[in-house]
Amino acid sequence: MFENLQEKLQRAFKTLRGQATLTEENIQEALREIRLALLEADVNFKVVKQLIDQIQAKAVGQEVLTALSPGEQVIKIVRDEMVAVLGKDTAKLKFASQPPTVVLMAGLQGSGKTTTSGKLASWLKNGGHRPLLVSVDVYRPAARQQLKVVADAIKANIYEGEVTEANTATVERLVKEARREAVNSGSDVLIVDTAGRLHIDDQLMEEMQSLKRLLNPSEILFVADAMTGQDAVRSADEFHKKLTLTGVVLTKMDGDARGGAALSIRQVTGQPIKFIGVGEKYDAIEPFHPDRIVSRILGMGDILSLIEKAEQKIDRKKAEEMASRALAGDGFSLEDFRDQLRQVKKMGSIQSLMGMLPSIGPFSGLQKAADKVDEKQINRVEAIINSMTAHERNHHEVINGSRRKRIARGSGTTVQEVNNLLRQYAQMRKMFKDMGKPSFARRLAGMKMPRGF
Amino acid sequence: MIQTLFGSLEEQQKPSFLDRMKEAVSRTRENLAERIEDAVSFNKEIDRNTLDDLEATLIGADLGTTTTHEVLEKLREKADRKQIKDVDELKRLLKEELLAILTAANSQPVQKVDGTPEVILVVGVNGTGKTTTIGKLAQVFRSQGKNVLMCAADTFRAAAIEQLEIWGQRTGTEVIKTKAGGDPAAVLFDALQAATARKTDYVVVDTAGRLHTKTNLMAELEKMRRTAQRIVPGAPHETLLVMDATTGQNGLQQARLFTEAAGVTGIVLTKLDGTAKGGVVVAISRELGVPVRYVGVGEKAGDLLPFDPKEFVDSLFA
Repeated sequence: MFENLQEKLQRAFKTLRGQATLTEENIQEALREIRLALLEADVNFKVVKQLIDQIQAKAVGQEVLTALSPGEQVIKIVRDEMVAVLGKDTAKLKFASQPPTVVLMAGLQGSGKTTTSGKLASWLKNGGHRPLLVSVDVYRPAARQQLKVVADAIKANIYEGEVTEANTATVERLVKEARREAVNSGSDVLIVDTAGRLHIDDQLMEEMQSLKRLLNPSEILFVADAMTGQDAVRSADEFHKKLTLTGVVLTKMDGDARGGAALSIRQVTGQPIKFIGVGEKYDAIEPFHPDRIVSRILGMGDILSLIEKAEQKIDRKKAEEMASRALAGDGFSLEDFRDQLRQVKKMGSIQSLMGMLPSIGPFSGLQKAADKVDEKQINRVEAIINSMTAHERNHHEVINGSRRKRIARGSGTTVQEVNNLLRQYAQMRKMFKDMGKPSFARRLAGMKMPRGF
Repeated sequence: MIQTLFGSLEEQQKPSFLDRMKEAVSRTRENLAERIEDAVSFNKEIDRNTLDDLEATLIGADLGTTTTHEVLEKLREKADRKQIKDVDELKRLLKEELLAILTAANSQPVQKVDGTPEVILVVGVNGTGKTTTIGKLAQVFRSQGKNVLMCAADTFRAAAIEQLEIWGQRTGTEVIKTKAGGDPAAVLFDALQAATARKTDYVVVDTAGRLHTKTNLMAELEKMRRTAQRIVPGAPHETLLVMDATTGQNGLQQARLFTEAAGVTGIVLTKLDGTAKGGVVVAISRELGVPVRYVGVGEKAGDLLPFDPKEFVDSLFA
């Protein structure tokens, strides 16, 4: 669906090859692509404008690094700026010094307040707390019953109370009773689910303010739908002005919305996104990670983390030593082969590496393919090499039939597998040897090797 | 083009990014329109700033960059050809352009066979207002003197059945239901059989909210459609996708996938009584040809109105 931003930037930067610095002129095309990506991800256009200005200010004048391509360099600036906006706060709830801690849920209709209240209660229960739920949504048909069903499903306590009239007086009475109930029942957290309301509904916004006065909540969480568009700034701003929010929960993140609203909401409220909702089950709530959503908003997976991870984990010096020996001729031993396998293993599971690639666009098939990779295979190969003597590892030609049998027994594999490995090794060795020859080097000269690997 | 998109909006330097941001968003849409008018009164000539402001208006209303740029490109051509110098005239042309997109989308419900009920399947992602919309729809049909049955096929969400039952009481409509967790296709089967036997005019079917990316849940909708077809010829005659007006560009993908899986014939745009404009429906009309049928403007039974494209386009600039 989305063309990968990374690819677009690479194209935008073709003209930049060979230039020493990023200038206002030569990054215009890239900035335009970034701007479009942000707008398509529903980041509010005014927030986009601010971001682009900041990015431009940061980028112009920077030297073109050798380690990253200009495209990657700009993406890195973009990512750093976005992460700076989103903040590094982790999902921590503030607790009152005098229990019960009150958590007030606020938001528009249909954003997911009731489901989130249940998830939060479940999360708190798992953390050893004793939450009490109460719904003061006396307006929407069956809203209070919905929370009751949720509470029963997660085996959390709920204060039901009586509702005779659907008005603010009832709402105020309910929260007072619920707070008393929380104290009496020894609950340490009271989660107050409220009716969805429009930020321009003065009467209902006043009701929220009254709840705030009555409860003195430690947390007022704004529950927002990840699919929200440009209007996110408006509603979040109004809610924040009237209630002084303390955090945000972004729901329905299990869909394919790119979630630009996160950036808009964070920008206008200045409050951290504490949780994200990722499914309909009651445990489908996760702490928020700025890095991940930045990649998602840009529609490019976690490519930068992948680059960084590769750079950190691969021992560059060792790799270069090995390469020079291998290319020199006979140098690439089974010992080197094992080192290489270990490097790959250090980077983490292949699945998790694939998981950092975008799940959309040209990479969508790759993640499925990764599930089929047999990680155990790498372990088996390593075991086979481990079962060889040091002499055998450096002089593979001595490995005859009886040695093969012994190696197979020692590694818990079969002679066939040992044969396979030796065949593959011989092929690699030949390939490296060819690479070392001048003719091959000439052929390669025009080609670019993948960086970091 | 888009590079200069926002050039005119914020010239003055404010102390901090956040302050500037806060100030920017506190400006209402009326202010934006006023600023356009201001520009006009000083200089009747169309300049780049005017176009930029129009662009910001459209993107700010969630039309998305592709639709916005296409519409503005056409507008520029026309303005050039007709030598338009006046901003009001330009705005009139732009509205015409948008109106043309919205009215070109005209997929119609299937004609029902006489003597059988018209079946309306109501689908959408979670929290858009499906159940509320069904209550309001029942009210619309009841006020036309029709017989209506509601089918509670959202057996998944907590208290969804009870919610529909309350709407049943409010509008004097019977609700066919099963127990929570039951098979949605089975309750649909029961409802359609009852409706056929009683010669009911309309059956409005509530379904569980589902994200369009959940393939198994989308397949469930296909199964419900097959069930409906077996009992009532041509059913479901109308499949309404309920969309929240606050939805951004993901709305297009929602419409695409729900149309593929459930054959959406019309859209109900809800929560238009807020400040969101729901402009993504322009993109949906343009790309998928699915028209908007109704708009939701409040929580009461009477708060469902037939979609008026002209009024909608005007509201984008209001």
